[in-house]
Amino acid sequence: MMPASALESPLLRVEDITVRFGAVQALTEVSVDVHRGEIVAIIGPNGAGKTTLLNVISGFYHPRSGRIFFQGRDRTQLKPFDVAALGIARTFQNVALFKGMSVLDNIMTGRLLKMRGSFLLDAVYWGPARRQELAHRAAVERVIDFLEIQAIRKTPAGRLPYGLQKRVELARALAAEPQLLLLDEPMAGMNVEEKEDMSRFILDLHDEFGTTIVLIEHDMSVVMDISDRVVVLDYGRKIADGPPEIVRKDQVVMDAYLGVAHG
Amino acid sequence: MVDLLRAVFVAPFADMAGNPTFLVEVLIGGIAAGLMYSLVALGFVLIFKASSVFNFAQGVMVLFAALTLVGLMEKGAPVPVALVLTVIVMIALAFAIERVVLRPLVNQEHIILFMATIGLNFFLEGFGEMAWGANVKKLDVGIPDTSFLVRGVQINRLELTAALTAAALVTVLAIFFQRTKIGRALRAVADDHEAALSVGIPLKTIWVVVWSVAGIVAIVAGVMWGAKSGVQFSLSLIALKALPVLILGGFTSVPGAIVGGLIIGVGEKLGEVYWGPLVGGAIENWFAYVLALAFLLIRPQGLFGEKIIERV
Repeated sequence: MMPASALESPLLRVEDITVRFGAVQALTEVSVDVHRGEIVAIIGPNGAGKTTLLNVISGFYHPRSGRIFFQGRDRTQLKPFDVAALGIARTFQNVALFKGMSVLDNIMTGRLLKMRGSFLLDAVYWGPARRQELAHRAAVERVIDFLEIQAIRKTPAGRLPYGLQKRVELARALAAEPQLLLLDEPMAGMNVEEKEDMSRFILDLHDEFGTTIVLIEHDMSVVMDISDRVVVLDYGRKIADGPPEIVRKDQVVMDAYLGVAHG
Repeated sequence: MVDLLRAVFVAPFADMAGNPTFLVEVLIGGIAAGLMYSLVALGFVLIFKASSVFNFAQGVMVLFAALTLVGLMEKGAPVPVALVLTVIVMIALAFAIERVVLRPLVNQEHIILFMATIGLNFFLEGFGEMAWGANVKKLDVGIPDTSFLVRGVQINRLELTAALTAAALVTVLAIFFQRTKIGRALRAVADDHEAALSVGIPLKTIWVVVWSVAGIVAIVAGVMWGAKSGVQFSLSLIALKALPVLILGGFTSVPGAIVGGLIIGVGEKLGEVYWGPLVGGAIENWFAYVLALAFLLIRPQGLFGEKIIERV
């Protein structure tokens, strides 16, 4: 039953996480292991705590109790920018792009952490600064080619249709060459065709770069198609964790989620 | 009635055409004053862009910078040394503000941060006077307040220096924003805090940088205004003139601050000289505010500001 990768220590280990907002218990003692190279889907009814879990992993919230390990090191209390520096990139449920900046500039910000050097050199655009900028541009162009967004390079991100904004956000996350990619509803609000494109991109980037991916998704057919493992949350508790075909038949899951929401 | 129309719409332009040399002098005076307004407005824009905080204390920062500079010079420091020390003081101030004011209030409502800057305003005012005294001080940076003639047009050396310095500063800032890694990070933070955090930009560092830059802009503004009219408490009131500039140019636009300042500077000088006699003068005192009011009615986001779109 267990995948072979389970034998080595997990890339990400979430251990007994509890998060509370005032009187609301958003997550209760949730534990999830994510192994290198996996695609893990988090599903659950609205308000189940899916986004909260993602926000805890990326450092936007800190858990009241429990611990988080990434590459074997405890990093429960890190801030979002420290998390990014460790190699965890993410996208947001309601696209968080720099709307006034061009698509190219947006994706370039994904590489800020990889840039070195003094701003004096940058300002005169000379020597190492110039070489560095060109190297980063080349990396960004590879991402642009990969996601097939060449045509909108110079367009301000805020002017793009929603589906493309989601794709640009994914591009920015990819530009950081992350170890772990967190996608919060990457296909929300998309039509069937856009969803198919996005599924293809996720599978392709997983094959090509071996990126480990944790994603939240509502569309069950997408989840069943692309994920290696499914984690089900309900009222802030984990109620199932396993391969999609097993989880699909789980009676508790059907009662809590599939049975109610999808008949 | 006809006389009145003629006095408003014809006579001033006839005056302008009749004495072009004088017109050029008025325009130059307007541009010089406008650039000084722009400098103060620039400080507001930088901080507002990066943190959505309206920094009420920007005017007092100008006063504080000028007081520090003059104080150090009175203690015997030569001008370059005093300038470097003042820059260090303003950067230290930026660190202190981030640590003591901004960090504890992170994620609070904008209005709360605004109130905090009002507190900062009073603190800096009191602290500056405590440290350097409340007397009017003369600031002599070694540029004489005299004029020379170019083709019959009088040009004031001090105003010319101020204008060139302002232009240089704006150019440097523009390059800084467009070309450097920090500049790109600044624009990112200005656009979306959450997204900026997720790509690994530390907000605190960015805040220290913008407040430092705003502090340095305040030094330049303080030196220019101080050299012209002495370093005194009223220096902090030029912040009031920066408000209409911001309304005109837009709160988030660096070019807007420059153009807005120029329009107001030139507009009020022209109004004062050519239309002033009609209403008994003092147009200079209210022109900026009336123009700002008109803008608020017609184009509330300013000339270059982001269009305000609200979803309903």
